[in-house]
Amino acid sequence: MSEAKNKEVLLQADKLTRRFGGLVANQDISVTLERQMIHVLLGPNGAGKSTCINMLSGDLPPSEGRIHFMGKDITGLTAAQRSQVGIGRSYQRTNIFPQFTVLENVRLAAQSRRQQPWRIFSKAMEAKWALEKARACIDEAGLGKRVDWVSGVLSHGEQRQLEIAMVLATDAQVLLLDEPLAGMGSEESASMVEVLKRLRQTRGILLVEHDMDAVFAVADMITVMVNGQLLECGPPAQIKASVAVQQAYLGTEDSFHV
Amino acid sequence: MNVQASLILKLLVVALLACVPLTGESFYIEIVGKILVMAIFAMSLDLLVGFTGLVSFGHAAYFGIAAYAVAILSPQYEAASLWYVLPASIGLSALAAFVIGLFVLRTKGIYFIMVTLAFAQMAYFIFHDTPLGGGSDGMYLNNKPSAAIFGWEPFDLTNEVHMFYFILVMMVLVYLFLTRILQSPFGRALVGIKSNEHRMQSLGYFTFRYKLGAFTLAGALGGLAGFLYAVLFGFVTPELLSWHESGNVLLMVILGGMGNLPGVIAGAFAFEAMREVFADLTKYWQLLMGGVIVAVVLFLPGGLAGIPGRIKRAMQGGDAK
Repeated sequence: MSEAKNKEVLLQADKLTRRFGGLVANQDISVTLERQMIHVLLGPNGAGKSTCINMLSGDLPPSEGRIHFMGKDITGLTAAQRSQVGIGRSYQRTNIFPQFTVLENVRLAAQSRRQQPWRIFSKAMEAKWALEKARACIDEAGLGKRVDWVSGVLSHGEQRQLEIAMVLATDAQVLLLDEPLAGMGSEESASMVEVLKRLRQTRGILLVEHDMDAVFAVADMITVMVNGQLLECGPPAQIKASVAVQQAYLGTEDSFHV
Repeated sequence: MNVQASLILKLLVVALLACVPLTGESFYIEIVGKILVMAIFAMSLDLLVGFTGLVSFGHAAYFGIAAYAVAILSPQYEAASLWYVLPASIGLSALAAFVIGLFVLRTKGIYFIMVTLAFAQMAYFIFHDTPLGGGSDGMYLNNKPSAAIFGWEPFDLTNEVHMFYFILVMMVLVYLFLTRILQSPFGRALVGIKSNEHRMQSLGYFTFRYKLGAFTLAGALGGLAGFLYAVLFGFVTPELLSWHESGNVLLMVILGGMGNLPGVIAGAFAFEAMREVFADLTKYWQLLMGGVIVAVVLFLPGGLAGIPGRIKRAMQGGDAK
């Protein structure tokens, strides 16, 4: 792996601001995500992390600021268009098709790459490429044993893995993951961390996460937000040592496991 | 029910329906023909309600537009060619659905219901209050379309038995067509949209296009039903487009079981049969009808289509495992 590749900037947000009426949920937030990097958005509840990820994914238009993906301005694109250029996301609350099987969930995600809505007489299950891709992504997300299960009956942790498999099936270069570890047991959490590390090898991951152990285990870069503002951005060691971060977040009532 | 048993049952039902003309009774031939037309209409709405999750309360518009189209396009003193008026009427309904869809599909939930109703009411008043289709009296279809191709006539729609089989074949074709579509990538995406449209968007689906496709297709098939209705009865009135009809077809879908095509066909049969039977019993038949529908919604949430599963579960429960 060359040094140049390590520095490939995938996603760049410049001074994103989002107002809800008089409330400023995000003010001048700038984030840079490189390939082969896990960038964690950290902050107490209400810090504006979800607002930020929603602006990056296209679920919420920013009031001000620009977003670039691989050099192109994507600020005006819808969520579906951003997915098509290579930005995939998972949601804080599990967001799957519960009555479908695991395979059908991921197959549907794969199908989104070759949409031919006018081909109404071909059979979806005969598109081998989509099935093969779905199986590969299910394996990559560590769900290989659950392919034919109805996804609604999976454990919470497995459903989160399924969400990741779905994002992978869309060929996403950037994964925006909103609390992928939320509500997981320690074992599930550990295996998810392994999945994330594996995915990092070829993609860029932006993570919103509360679990401090996991954050420091996987993060290459951490951005700390408080009250909709960017407090500090740097490698984990710098964040750990930062007095401002400790005062605002780690030290006081919000000290998790640190 | 396994696949083979289900297939045999379906073939049996079609065979049974094919026997109706053998009774030789015009009354039965016409009324079963009408029910089959309503079954096509209900299946077309089910594509929206049951598979895409779009509760349209104005589906009678597309039924009525095609019905009027045959009447208006048919010359007064000779028969129009079936091979021209059939595609033309369906095409007009599809076009109306496409244009209306461009507007209504921007809304969701209760607003979607209201806006589809509003457009259907506009269509109703166009035929009711303008001379275009004979105003509130409606108009006669003086000559049923002719199926002749270069002088050769494969069947004759003025013959009630031929007409019946034509409708039956159309219903089976619509059923097969919709079954096939639901297996296509397009159909799978529609079901995904019904389940979770927001998720489909974040997976990169341009869901508006799919919904517009479904809305247009449903309008076209509703138009086929309207065409058959007009040819079967030989006259059209604005009431075909009224909100009562939109409500009735929605009730057929609910009664039969949303998202289940055989169930919806059964729903159309049950609805029309109840209408006949209750109307014979009392002039307050709509009260009885309303009662039955309330009971179905309360006690049979899956509609008639849910009954086989319930029986199966009840029998398994009784097995004392």
